Amino acid sequence: MDYQVNRKGYYGEFGGAYIPEMMVPNIEELEARYMEIMHSYDFKQEFVSLLKNYVGRPSPLYFAKRLSEKYQSNIFLKREDLNHTGSHKINNTIGQILVAKKLGKTRIIAETGAGQHGLATATVCALMGLKCIVYMGAVDVERQAPNVKKMRMLGAEVISAVSGNQTLKDATNEAMRDWINNPVDTYYIIGSVVGPHPYPDMVARFQSVISEEMRWQLEEQVGRENPDRIIACVGGGSNAAGAFYHYLDQENVELIGVEAAGKGVDTNETAATITLGTPGVLHSSRSILMQTDDGQITEPYSISAGLDYPGIGPLHAHLFKTGRAKYLWATDAEVLDSALELTQMEGIIPALESAHALAVLPKIKLRPEEITVINLSGRGDKDMETYLKHFGY
Amino acid sequence: MNNRINKLFQEKEKNILSVYFTAGYPKLDDTVPVIQELVKNGVDLIEIGMPFSDPVADGPVIQGSSLVALQNGMSVHKLFEQLKDIRKLVDIPLILMGYINPVIQYGVEAFCQKCGEIGIDGLIIPDLPLSVYEEEYKSMFEANNLHNIFLITPQTSDERLRRIDEASSGFIYMVSSNSTTGAKEGVTDFQNSYFERISKFGLKNPCLIGFGISSAETFRNACQYAHGAIIGSAFVKALGADLSLNMKVSQFVKTIATNV
Ligand SMILES: Cc1ncc(COP(=O)(O)O)c(C=O)c1O
Repeated sequence: MDYQVNRKGYYGEFGGAYIPEMMVPNIEELEARYMEIMHSYDFKQEFVSLLKNYVGRPSPLYFAKRLSEKYQSNIFLKREDLNHTGSHKINNTIGQILVAKKLGKTRIIAETGAGQHGLATATVCALMGLKCIVYMGAVDVERQAPNVKKMRMLGAEVISAVSGNQTLKDATNEAMRDWINNPVDTYYIIGSVVGPHPYPDMVARFQSVISEEMRWQLEEQVGRENPDRIIACVGGGSNAAGAFYHYLDQENVELIGVEAAGKGVDTNETAATITLGTPGVLHSSRSILMQTDDGQITEPYSISAGLDYPGIGPLHAHLFKTGRAKYLWATDAEVLDSALELTQMEGIIPALESAHALAVLPKIKLRPEEITVINLSGRGDKDMETYLKHFGY
Repeated sequence: MNNRINKLFQEKEKNILSVYFTAGYPKLDDTVPVIQELVKNGVDLIEIGMPFSDPVADGPVIQGSSLVALQNGMSVHKLFEQLKDIRKLVDIPLILMGYINPVIQYGVEAFCQKCGEIGIDGLIIPDLPLSVYEEEYKSMFEANNLHNIFLITPQTSDERLRRIDEASSGFIYMVSSNSTTGAKEGVTDFQNSYFERISKFGLKNPCLIGFGISSAETFRNACQYAHGAIIGSAFVKALGADLSLNMKVSQFVKTIATNV
């Protein structure tokens, strides 16, 4: 089975580039050049060096002893939360800012939900001295306020998107409109494995450093490269894509993505795209999305701004369709419990997004000899207000 | 089979006025009355917008009308129901314009058949790529005598212009600037030199210029370089006014086309 993108930009029936003509020159240029740039000696050197010395990679693979005891199995955490800026998002923005520079672009735009991608973009723009504009839904500007302040301090302009539900989907619409209006000097750093080809493939490649490290870290710590299972949360799907990437053709490694169920998959307030969605086109690729019979996109809901999105990357739609990966869900309430559990058992406050991956531990059968890696995609600093409100400390 | 779009361009070479509006706006049942009023006021071609929840190629005015139309209950099914007898009422070319996802959910083939039955002459689907159209949908369009209208922009390369011209039938939609709909006011020298480049390019299809055409002046300017022009956001904005429908439409068309 082939899980890589094909030459036309599709994963099976999913993917492609459903872009208006106004975006064609930029997407064609990117498609023509991204592989050549990524494979160039200069690029590789700079990328690897920045990941090591600036981001702090490799990120640790940590054996969570007390959590393992509780679930009577072996649970490792891939500590993307320890990266500079606090999540996996920086792996991708380092890669894309180098691409943008090679393409001669001087103005960078991005969308953000939780603010982690916006923060990671604002950070690399400061690093490279490039102008940065971040679109963020007005609701998210409120609920992820610390990240907004950080982005502004880094010199980025944060523009509040007021259409729709004022969350990640709407921020993405605004970023695309910006690119249509500024096609010459601007580069759009998309924050997940979504958008038109070649973005899903490019972002997955940048994030694949996660599973690349996991292989030698597991070899070093337990004497085998392959775990029995990998669990990651799924918004657009970039941290999951990175954690799965080098294991896609190792069929004995079980891959589990966890979506945000919000208040429950049987309510209207949910973001469990694969569980509830159907095939369609959103943000320029054919994938699975939450929509009405008439093809209007449904407004999603999740306590976690980073997973509050009605679509999913085409790679995941394909992994689902082929049965290669399984997609489970976790509700807001389950996620809050798991976040508190990790905090008090391991001394790690996770991001709300990452806590979704933890929240399925009670729902799956873990054998004592098995090894499970959970991709801890980010830390909880940005979510303190939500946590304090719920836990009342 | 003769298509009304081809007939229009055979009969009229200059100053073609095409008007866009969003179906189901300002009220759900305004779709057909707006078409009738536009025809009464001498408009040559009408683009009926199918509202979509996430219109990325549109500026604030059409985003707003789309939202209202959806809240009013507009849908593809509803639109086809409203338009089922439209050919008993008007004879000018009609085009449906919208995003690909609602069309996919309806079923592209069924959608094209329905358009054929009703007497729709063409479709404009900005996020349907040329390659996908050619590989998957072209035969469905042709079987129903539907033209697929492609867009070009100031950034479109010569090579791609030729490809689009080759793939086009009906006319080419020349987007006046690098922008979403309705974004930019007035006309710049940059635009005029782009219009000039295209008008001298020797395209086999006629062109209409759209995006940012909002006044008699911008309309007249566009008509110097192309067979005519398309007005969208400015008309939609006018439809939002608190006047009777026939006043809104007749006043608007008069302000644009007084000297034509
Ligand atoms: C910590 C963290 N994890 C996960 C996500 C979800 O994105 P993705 O599914 O692309 O990894 C986000 C997005 O903001 C995030 O901040």
